[in-house]
Amino acid sequence: MFFYVLRRLLYAIPIALGVTLISFLLVYLAPGDPLNAIAPSDAPAETIAALKVAYGLDKPLPMQYGLWLLRAVQGDLGVSIASGRPVAAEVLTAVRNTLVLAGIAGAIGIFFGCLLGALAGYWHGSWIDRIATFLSVIGVSVPHYWLGMVLTIIFSTWLAWFPAMGAGPGGSAEWLWDYAHMRHLVLPAITLCVIPLGIITRTVRALVADMLDQEFVIALRARGLSNATIFKHVAKNTAPTVLAVSGLQLGYLMGGSILVETVFAWPGTGFLLNTAIFQRDIPVLQGTILILCMFFVALNLIVDIIQPLIDPRMARA
Amino acid sequence: MSSRARISGRSYWFVVFHQLKHEPVALFSALLLLLIFLAAIFAPWLAPSDPYATSMIHRLQPIGSPDHLLGTDELGRDMLSRLMFGGRLSLLMGVAPVFMAFVIGTSIGLFAGYVGGKINMIIMRMLDVFYAFPSVLLAVAISGALGPGMMNSLFALTLVFIPQLVRVAESVTTQVRKLDYIEAARMSGARSFSIIRVHVLGNVLGPVFVYATGLLSVSMILGSGLSFLGLGVKPPEPEWGLMLNTLRSAIFKEPLIAALPGAMIFVTSIAFNLLADGVRSAMDIKR
Repeated sequence: MFFYVLRRLLYAIPIALGVTLISFLLVYLAPGDPLNAIAPSDAPAETIAALKVAYGLDKPLPMQYGLWLLRAVQGDLGVSIASGRPVAAEVLTAVRNTLVLAGIAGAIGIFFGCLLGALAGYWHGSWIDRIATFLSVIGVSVPHYWLGMVLTIIFSTWLAWFPAMGAGPGGSAEWLWDYAHMRHLVLPAITLCVIPLGIITRTVRALVADMLDQEFVIALRARGLSNATIFKHVAKNTAPTVLAVSGLQLGYLMGGSILVETVFAWPGTGFLLNTAIFQRDIPVLQGTILILCMFFVALNLIVDIIQPLIDPRMARA
Repeated sequence: MSSRARISGRSYWFVVFHQLKHEPVALFSALLLLLIFLAAIFAPWLAPSDPYATSMIHRLQPIGSPDHLLGTDELGRDMLSRLMFGGRLSLLMGVAPVFMAFVIGTSIGLFAGYVGGKINMIIMRMLDVFYAFPSVLLAVAISGALGPGMMNSLFALTLVFIPQLVRVAESVTTQVRKLDYIEAARMSGARSFSIIRVHVLGNVLGPVFVYATGLLSVSMILGSGLSFLGLGVKPPEPEWGLMLNTLRSAIFKEPLIAALPGAMIFVTSIAFNLLADGVRSAMDIKR
């Protein structure tokens, strides 16, 4: 087990480095001189020259990457062009809000996905199965930004049950776990939970239906074990796969919330990214992508480490 | 021998097609898609009015107005015409990136899997880095850095799908490569290229094709999503995602009209997914 964890950690390092490299190169993907992305276009010549030295843009590319990485590791992601504030501070506030939204949406989606999938798998071919299959097709097909709009129309405009915009009363960006803030969370979270809901329902349904046909389940049943005990065995056998899919989905939610955050003006990373793109604020774009992807890499690593705790066979593979 | 292989290869796709005819849901979806595609392709002849013609006095007419069957948008443009024309770019966003990624990804996957060894490992580890990006994030990052524009978002989406298709193609190729009949073909003097073309490609195409059909709806939702964010198609061009964005201002006045373009994305994407499910079960490939 120790060596397994070590191997996974070692494997994650080149991936993390690759992610930093791609994030770094995003600046060069932007049309024009990378300096245009950092300095405003009307900056005087000496400011540009000074910035060039300050950012190390006069050095060769690999060295620039090294210097950038060194600063990034120390938590310095540069300065936002639009606001002049350090990128790291802006991103961290936004990441917190995104994590709240993605975490709650993921929890709802994973819970109901497992429930629905298990029911559909157990009563394979029944009406419950048909409803679950139908819901999962809808879940993977619905454009979630549109779903967000539809929910706003129904629950904000017509019924006036929930607020349509922002994360708190008076447009506050600071998240608190109180009633007023939770009311703002309802619609975005329901919108976002549809994505993992569909895929997890599908996965669990297929797994459970498959598992119930296996000989060990028949053997357990033949020995007269109760349904609850059999359920425990099936759950334990499906858990690693469900965990892997859920981890991936949670990561996708952190990225996928971009569109939903835009619909609900949720002050998270998606909102930040969107503003950054239109203000051509490349340092913010770069920093946000980097932090979100690092979360995703860490999440995958955690899933990889938890999996063999449930099923020790995985560590031996 | 090679001609025999080709005949049986064709008949395999024929069997799949034949099988598909017994899947009513998939068949219905295919029919629906055909209608949507035809409406989009022949929009210049079918559309009742000019999709660009604005009219300030006819802004946000409700659905069922005498001159405008599906009402008008926030600038008084006919919704039905715009939805028909909008399908052109939205469907292109769904099909083009998947097709490009299918061609490029299959080629890379075949190459990596067939060569094997260190080169394969290097290619696959490099692609693993792209897996560390959630796909929406990668698409937004690339097209955000490149700047708004339809070509940029097509490029970004293609790049997002390539690693996934490479992985599918590579894993099948690696499995097939070890089989005895490939070894036999090599011993009989066949060159690598013709082995790949005649013996490997036929095995790889099926699974990659199934995977790619499943990506169609993802691609369209993502592509329209990029336009929704303002990263894709530029106004006044009609496109479902962009229409959805500009109609957000009308959400209180004419909610039904504001929701229409999204409903089109939804219906098309359901049809894509149901067809993909049908193709998958017709080809009898488990997810």
